[in-house]
Amino acid sequence: MSIKTVSRRGVLKSGAVAGAGLAVPTIFTASSAAAFTNEPTGSSVTLGFNVPQTGAYADEGADELRAYELAVEHLNGGGDGGMLNTFSSKVLNGSGILGKKVEYVTGDTQTKPDAARAAARSMIEKDGAVMITGGSSSGVAVAVQALCQEAGIIFMAGLTHSNDTTGKDKKANGFRHFFNSYMSGAALAPILAKNYGNDRKAYHLTADYNWGYTTEEAVRTSTEAMGWETVAAVKTPLAQTDFSSYVAPVLNSGADVLVLNHYGANMVNSLTSAVQFGLRAAEANGKNFEIVVPLYSRLMARGAGKNVAGIFGSTNWHWSLENVAGAKYAGTNAFVQSFGQKYGFPPSQAAHTVYCQTLLYADAVQRAGSFNPCAVAEALEGFEFDGLGNGPTLYRAEDHQCFKDVLVVRGKENPDNDFDLLEIVDVTPAAQVTYDASIFGGELGSCNPGA
Amino acid sequence: MFGLNKKDTSLLLIVAALVALAPIILNPFPEGSGMAQFNAGYPDLMQRFVIFGIFAIGFNILFGLTGYLSFGHAAFLGAGSYAGMWMMKLLSINVIPAIVFSVIIAGLISLAIGWISLRRSGIYFSILTLAFAQMAFALAASVLTPITGGETGLQTNLNDPRILPGFLGGGSSVDGNIPKPSLFGIEMTSSFEVPVAGWLWTFNWGYYICGIVMLIAFYIAIRIFRSPFGLMLKAVKSNQQRLNYTGLNTRPYMLACFVISGMYAGLAGGLMAAMDPQVGAERMQWTASGEVVLMTILGGVGTLIGPVLGAGLIKYFENIFSKINDNLLHQWFAFLPDGLEDLMVTIIHPFIGKGWHLTLGLMFMAIVIFLPGGLVEGGQRLRKMFGRKSEERAPKTTPAE
Repeated sequence: MSIKTVSRRGVLKSGAVAGAGLAVPTIFTASSAAAFTNEPTGSSVTLGFNVPQTGAYADEGADELRAYELAVEHLNGGGDGGMLNTFSSKVLNGSGILGKKVEYVTGDTQTKPDAARAAARSMIEKDGAVMITGGSSSGVAVAVQALCQEAGIIFMAGLTHSNDTTGKDKKANGFRHFFNSYMSGAALAPILAKNYGNDRKAYHLTADYNWGYTTEEAVRTSTEAMGWETVAAVKTPLAQTDFSSYVAPVLNSGADVLVLNHYGANMVNSLTSAVQFGLRAAEANGKNFEIVVPLYSRLMARGAGKNVAGIFGSTNWHWSLENVAGAKYAGTNAFVQSFGQKYGFPPSQAAHTVYCQTLLYADAVQRAGSFNPCAVAEALEGFEFDGLGNGPTLYRAEDHQCFKDVLVVRGKENPDNDFDLLEIVDVTPAAQVTYDASIFGGELGSCNPGA
Repeated sequence: MFGLNKKDTSLLLIVAALVALAPIILNPFPEGSGMAQFNAGYPDLMQRFVIFGIFAIGFNILFGLTGYLSFGHAAFLGAGSYAGMWMMKLLSINVIPAIVFSVIIAGLISLAIGWISLRRSGIYFSILTLAFAQMAFALAASVLTPITGGETGLQTNLNDPRILPGFLGGGSSVDGNIPKPSLFGIEMTSSFEVPVAGWLWTFNWGYYICGIVMLIAFYIAIRIFRSPFGLMLKAVKSNQQRLNYTGLNTRPYMLACFVISGMYAGLAGGLMAAMDPQVGAERMQWTASGEVVLMTILGGVGTLIGPVLGAGLIKYFENIFSKINDNLLHQWFAFLPDGLEDLMVTIIHPFIGKGWHLTLGLMFMAIVIFLPGGLVEGGQRLRKMFGRKSEERAPKTTPAE
């Protein structure tokens, strides 16, 4: 072991060498041949499907994965083509995307932003995915959307309902087909007023996280606008499974409506609790006590069983839509049929939205003639389409949010089977749920092609 | 060299060589081959290997030397991440302030938690640390939402101030986009790819910066293990009561050890935020604390290299096995007759994809039962088998009590 004396000259010299060493390799990184991240060069293109395969939303994730596989099959010309036949844009012809065969890789988000980003990064860096889609929670969607923006990849959000995804946290490379909390509130309020009157007192139980807050706020604002009063809004921990201590004070609070801003297993447990406490049969302020669930899904309704009977809520889509509300919602039956043929049961709204997103991405690439995220984003911005089951829809350029009709549904009193739990009460036209793009703040930034 | 004995020097050099050549070593299968699925040489995973390696090295300083099992180390990891993120939001996108600040914050928090928790030992200490970590998680997920971003987590934004001048990584946006974490202009995500006859090697800046930090952390850990301070900690592990009876107060040693260990976790957290600018509260959850315990035990408690190996193994399973799906299985077994193919897929299905926890669990059981000293003991046994005499020391994993 020797100790060298350090001279000023030596330090300068080694500093210069180190500096040069640091500087040189950036030449390689500046730009290689590719014009954007993961430009597909071979005869196939890889999409990344990032869904929760474990955790609280695993059911939704499994259904999303089924829909993705179906979409890939249809894009490659297999199966009966599903909604490709009803889609208003006809550039997709079953030969993949831009003639490249569609392949896919999957990842598990575990419904955790960290795990979701790790899975997405591995799909981008290792498998060369040119687009990432999926997610069944707003936290995950916001996290992965930011990652895709940074990496220069298009992100097509799956089931995410928080206003933030295309509001405060919107990104130029991210797009959402699903509706949001604001739309739920705006669609539900008139129906609630019609059925329950204008002088109700509401009690909110809200899941203590981002989606819960925006949903509570949306429902509060729109119900208060028509004359309701909010008695109290109580936050419940996300991991809560026993809601009896939260439900018990509701009856004596002077409220006559309980709003459950819960999703998934949370909603199943809190609703069951509320029904067990006899809230459905109770009377308050001389009126029947009512319960409202702003965001419904068939998978949740199945979990809550008989308890959902007669309870109002909103959804993005339902498999019976075309049969109930007519041919305006063409595409619904085509999708339900090809999904049912392959898997033996009707798709959920999560499956529907991710199937649409995959088709919309493929179509945008085809129309743009390039996989370059900036070209794709341009093709999606302001795109008006029809025939994907929701009627005429607009992909708004300002915030990359889809605007379409919103369904108000009610739990069926006497369901025939496990899949027929919800009935469509009303379809709120898109114009009624459209809002100004600037109300949630946030900036899109500019599109990032990466590389 | 560097004040280490010959053996430790060679260990350090071996680790340095492994870190330097990881992009090549971890990509043993050519691109596009069926086995390419098992390649781990992509930036994200390599960064995770070394970052969790740092986390596990730090945890091992506490657990391996003193035998105090902390179930709350994720709290320091998370705190470090949040601190790093805030530096990148407020000060500069340069990773150096972020990393330095994350170590400081984690050190302060571990000082506070250690001060209280170290009043007890054994299972009570574990429970106390677990309680603190869960408290930190609950706070981050809900009450402290303005600081932590709640469930959505914390990200860099277009309207963050980043007050330092541009050449130091300041400035809100670059060409309308959020600037990426960088070191004096070198972006953490930038890498250069070298295609060599079918193989594709990705040399990533972020990874090498993490790697250098890990080597420094590893070196410091060796010095701690070999120092009088380390010896004192080992004495605590073997018989704390006897030490106390001799009139020696062990508390300051324990607290120092706990804080050092917490700072390692904070360093890992800061690096995580620097490599991937997003922090979520679940980074503090007890499962994350449990993970580092698994890593350390899997690799070999109290050994120098063990925790790093354990961290690598767990992250490999999490990222590689969880991505294998039925579709791939069908491709692999396509050469079998149809019935047999389906049978094989059905048998293997529970162990891949979402079942990676199961595979890991089985492996963990096997290692704990057959190799109580972890992977390191496995390596030693192999060495013995091949006849090289590992004379000087008995396996140093034997518990002292």
